[in-house]
Formats: sequence, C-alpha cells, structure tokens
Amino acid sequence: MGILPIDTDILIIGGGAAGCFAAVEIYKKSPGCRVVVMEKAHIERSGCLAMGLNAINAYLHAGETPESYVAYVERQFEGIIRKDLVSSIVQGLNDAVKDVEKMGLPIEKNEDGTYKMRGKRSIRIFGERLKPILAEAVQKTPARVLNRVVATNFIYDGTRVGGAFGFGIRDGSFYVIRAKAVIVATGGASGIYKPHNTGEARHLLWYCPWNAGTGYAMGIRTGAEMTSFENRFIALRVKDVNAPTGTIAVGARSKQINARGEDYLECYYKHWGGNRCLTHHRLLATVEEKKIGRGPCYLDTTTLNETEERRLKEDFLNMNPQIILLWATKEMNPRKKPVEICGTEPFLVGGHCQAGYWVDKDRRTTIPGLYAAGEVAGGAPKKYVSGSWVEARIAATTALEDIKGMSLINTGEDTIQREKTRVLHPFTRKAGISPSEARERLQKIMDEYAGGISMNYALHEERLLEARRLLKSLKDRMKDLVAVNNYSLVEALECIDRIDVARVLVEHLIYRKETRWACYQTRLDYPEKDNRRWLVFVNSVYHPKTDEILMVERPLCS
Amino acid sequence: MSISIDETICNGCKGLPEARCERICPGDLCYRKENTKAAIRDQSACWTCACCVKECPVQAIELRLPFQICSNGSSLKARLKPDKTIWTVWDAEGHQEEFIIQAKWLKGD
Ligand code: SF4
Ligand code: SF4
Repeated sequence: MGILPIDTDILIIGGGAAGCFAAVEIYKKSPGCRVVVMEKAHIERSGCLAMGLNAINAYLHAGETPESYVAYVERQFEGIIRKDLVSSIVQGLNDAVKDVEKMGLPIEKNEDGTYKMRGKRSIRIFGERLKPILAEAVQKTPARVLNRVVATNFIYDGTRVGGAFGFGIRDGSFYVIRAKAVIVATGGASGIYKPHNTGEARHLLWYCPWNAGTGYAMGIRTGAEMTSFENRFIALRVKDVNAPTGTIAVGARSKQINARGEDYLECYYKHWGGNRCLTHHRLLATVEEKKIGRGPCYLDTTTLNETEERRLKEDFLNMNPQIILLWATKEMNPRKKPVEICGTEPFLVGGHCQAGYWVDKDRRTTIPGLYAAGEVAGGAPKKYVSGSWVEARIAATTALEDIKGMSLINTGEDTIQREKTRVLHPFTRKAGISPSEARERLQKIMDEYAGGISMNYALHEERLLEARRLLKSLKDRMKDLVAVNNYSLVEALECIDRIDVARVLVEHLIYRKETRWACYQTRLDYPEKDNRRWLVFVNSVYHPKTDEILMVERPLCS
Repeated sequence: MSISIDETICNGCKGLPEARCERICPGDLCYRKENTKAAIRDQSACWTCACCVKECPVQAIELRLPFQICSNGSSLKARLKPDKTIWTVWDAEGHQEEFIIQAKWLKGD
C-alpha cells in the first residue's frame, strides 16, 4: 500500500452538513486558502442527511429572542448546557439558513416572503436534495474533496494537531494529510448499542449507520477533553422505520395516544406538563405506558383528511422514504390506523443532545490546532442542522485566524509507519475475529450492561462496572480482528472506534450519580435529580500511555 | 430485502469508471459484478436510504423493506428532474401512486 502525502492549510474531516458549510465559508473569507475535505463516503450523499430532511428545527422566528431561545434549550436539558455556545449558535441561525436557501434549498414561505412557521422554532423545507445542494456549493470552490477516504487518527506531535491519517477505500492508499488547522466535523455515533431491528433490518437505524463515532474516537485517542457523553440521545420515532414523530405531531398536529385511545400525556403525566412536557419525558411516558401494559403507543393520524395525508407523505419522502412503504397497503393507511411509536436504541450525538468535544466559544478543542463543529462538538444541544452550519462558520473563522503565520508540523517517518501498521493490522491476520462478531459483542454488552433497549434504558452501578470490565477485555481482543478486503477493513476500524467511544461513555455514566435526563440517563441507584451536587459538566480525558480515562468536572458558565 | 436491482434494466453505467449507485451509496454497498450488472454487497447493511434508487438513471433499483418489518410487498422508485423528484409507490394491492416534489430552486427561479 502506497503512502500518499498531501499538504494543505485547513483539513476538514467529514463532508456532512457542517463540513461542507465550513469549506464554503473558508473560501468566502479567504479565497487563497487551501482546503482539503476528507469524506468517508461521497459528499453528495453522506452522513445523517443522506436521505434528506423535511424541517429545520432551529430557527429564530419573529417574537422569539436569543435569550428566550437559550432559556428554552436550558429548560429542555434540565439546566445543563453551555449557554455561551448555544447563544453563539442562536445568533447565527437565520443567516445560515438564508445562505443555504441561496444555494438552492426550497423552504416553505408566507406570501410576504418570510418563512412559514411550522413549529415554534421550526420551518418546513423540501430537503430531499439538501446534501447534493451543499455538495454542489463545495464543488464550486477550489476545495480538494477526497471522497471514500476514511480518517483513522490525527497527526499529533504531542503539542498540537497538524493533520490526519486516512485510508483510501477505493485506491487502498494510506493518506498522510498535513494541515495548519484541522476541523473535525464527522458526526456522532450509531451502532454502540444493540439496535431495535435485527437480522436483515439491523441497519434500519434512526441515525446514519456509518457514523461510527470516529471523530470522537480520534479525539479521545489524542487526549482531547470530551464532555457530556452520559447525555445520550434516544429518539422517539415511528416504530421500525424511524420516521420522525415531529413530522406528524408538529406538522399534522396529531396527539400521542396509548392502546386504549387515551391522550396518555394529559391523562397520566400531567405532573411533567402533559402535552407540553420536555422531549425526554415524552419518551419516558411512552416507555412507562409499555411497562404498565397500556402500550403500544401511537400518534393519532386518523383525524387527518386526504390533503393532509398527502402532504404528510410528501414530507416523509423528503426525509424517510421507508415509512411510505409501510403505509402502502389499505390496512396500514395512516387515516385508518394510528401510527405506532417507540424509542430507538441510544446514540451519541451533539446535535440533539450534547456529547462531544469540549470547546471554547470559538470552537477550539482542548488540543491546539483542532477545531470541532456540528455533531462532534459538545455542550450545545438542539443545534440540529442549522446550528451545525453556524458552528461550522465559527470554527472556520477561528481556524483562518489561528493559522496566520503558522507552519506545517514535521511528521516523523516512525509516526507514519506506526499508524499505517495499526490501520492495516487486520489484513495481516488469517484467522481471528470478524468485524461483525466484534460489533455484535459490543452491542450486546452495551445493551445489557449500559442501559440499552432491553433494560428500558435504565442504569446502575453494578451493571456499569461489569460493562467497564467487559469492554476492556473486548478492546484487548481487537488485535485479533480480521479484514478480507477494503470494505471489511473499514468495518474493523469502525469497531475499534466504537469501543473507544463506548468505554468513555460508560465512565461518564458511572460518574454522574444522579438522574439528570430521564431515559437518556436514568440511574436506578440514584433516581433523583440532585441540583446541589450535580449541576456541573462531566468531562473526561483519555491517557493513551496508561489506557486510563480521567474524569474532570467543569462548572456551568454563563 | 431492502433494495432490489432489476438486471434486465440495469445497464451497468457503461463507460463510467464507477457505477452511479456504487459512487453514491453512503455505506459503500453497491458494486458492479463481473457481468457488469449492479449488485448489493450485504442486504443487512442497507440503511434503506434510497440514495441509489434516486441516482440510477434508468430506474433499475427499487426500495423495499426487509420482510421482518413489512410483509406488504410494496415498493418505491424515484426519478430525478433538475428541480423535482418524482416518486412512484406500488402498494400491496397493486395500486400506483405518484408524488412530484420540488427538490431544488434552480438559479433564476
Ligand atoms: S446506477 Fe442503475 S444502471 Fe447504473 S449500475 Fe447502478 S443499477 Fe445499473
Ligand atoms: S438504499 Fe442506501 S444504503 Fe441501501 S444500497 Fe441503496 S444507497 Fe446503499
């Protein structure tokens, strides 16, 4: 396998929503800058937006102020958010959306040209081609896009990040990309927990199955400080096909009902606010109904008329075409039968929840030379796609400022060889563990000992300690991973990344001894929210030399 | 089954270094077999994202759901126009429904 060296000014890892936006932004500000975008798939259809999107859920409508917006996010997250980060996002939301509209994204409007209000902070878009539209904007810049190159580790000289290593899935090359600044924008992590669908449907996930948490894992292995991994995300979705319930609940104003036809949030969960409860209480109530025996739960779509049904289907085709197949028979028609909903397995994301790199307000991570934007950046939940664009803009601006007068770092031959050997190791083995065996083992451990679906998401110390032990021994077995071709090598590397992420996640779950975010983080042994002790961020730093994960607490800042 | 490729329609994207479905699949699952027809590497790895379905210029690929999730036998195809996406759904009873959806503003719109 040949070594392919590339030198550039700014390297963007991940050509998703944040990565594409960052590339465009850099050229807007500094046309002479050299940018490389490293993308595991193809930027036209990669990452969590590959299928499309039908709404932008972070938008500042007239009547809402940045302060009221931040207060809303703070309430949704039980008092723990980085207000400085969320506030910087809110201020840039509308401009970012305007920019993407100019690229070609159709957005529903009022007659006066303003965007039509879909929900309090939401607008309706026709985003089936959102990713191709963003990719086209990148292709108009001189940015060099490396499709089908998967990042494996940062180039790090002990003081700063100066690029990244990558494996070329098509050409089999080993990429050594040096840069003055690196923006990590890879997305969150799916596949850590056993999925709710298995067998042939094992990849019918809410989140992109190829977002393996590599961006987190590379940061962990470099010793970057990570925050709030314990703030997992579990989506309440249309059962099996994961279509967003918001499209029905917000878009079509349907109620959540249980198997008896009761509006269960209002009937039984008034103490959490009934229909106005927090997002995670909506999920918790649905889990409770199932446990009590009043499930399954549904969204009542039987009140829709024919026009509304058609509109709903169009919205889903723009984002989740699978549900259209589910509905394509008389007895499953949503006007005849309410739509069943349930929780997915847990994911780690910084866009809905706040797992990710600990960053300063300019999106510098704790490692010089490394910046984070989008799902991998922590502390700013509910940023969704538009917030990811804003973060990309901030990270790009900071990186451009910081690289002034900066030179490339020297990469020693031994560092390159060491990483190349690590990456190719699964090719050298004739027999051993297959990537699918490793994945299934990880998912089973996490499901059973770290609060997966089979445990109704609940956690407690003894099980978590067992998860810690089992993950450590699973990690030690990963030297026996076998890959037979480039495709399975990528699968093998994903397993290693997911295990590194899962180990940090479990430490976070052990550390927070209270119940802060129901379902996302429910401790059976500490069932109460404890504001006196735990109104803090739980952060972690991994030490590669000792293989230890050190926990640190950070105070809330204003 | 998540996608099904009709070999009588697939032309293998002749002349292209990489087939369109192969180029686009976010999971790197599509490839060209020796007979130049497209195939999917692993049905169980499919996200059913329909990216390949949309990308195929001759509509050789249709989206289905794995049987464990849906036994309807329904299927979905798509055609891309510069500014619109046209979807066709075949339901369990054999009816066909079409959706024409704005997907992009072209310059000058
Ligand atoms: S894109 Fe369509 S025609 Fe081209 S190889 Fe794939 S299935 Fe065949
Ligand atoms: S539906 Fe999506 S994941 Fe499945 S083969 Fe096609 S492009 Fe790949």
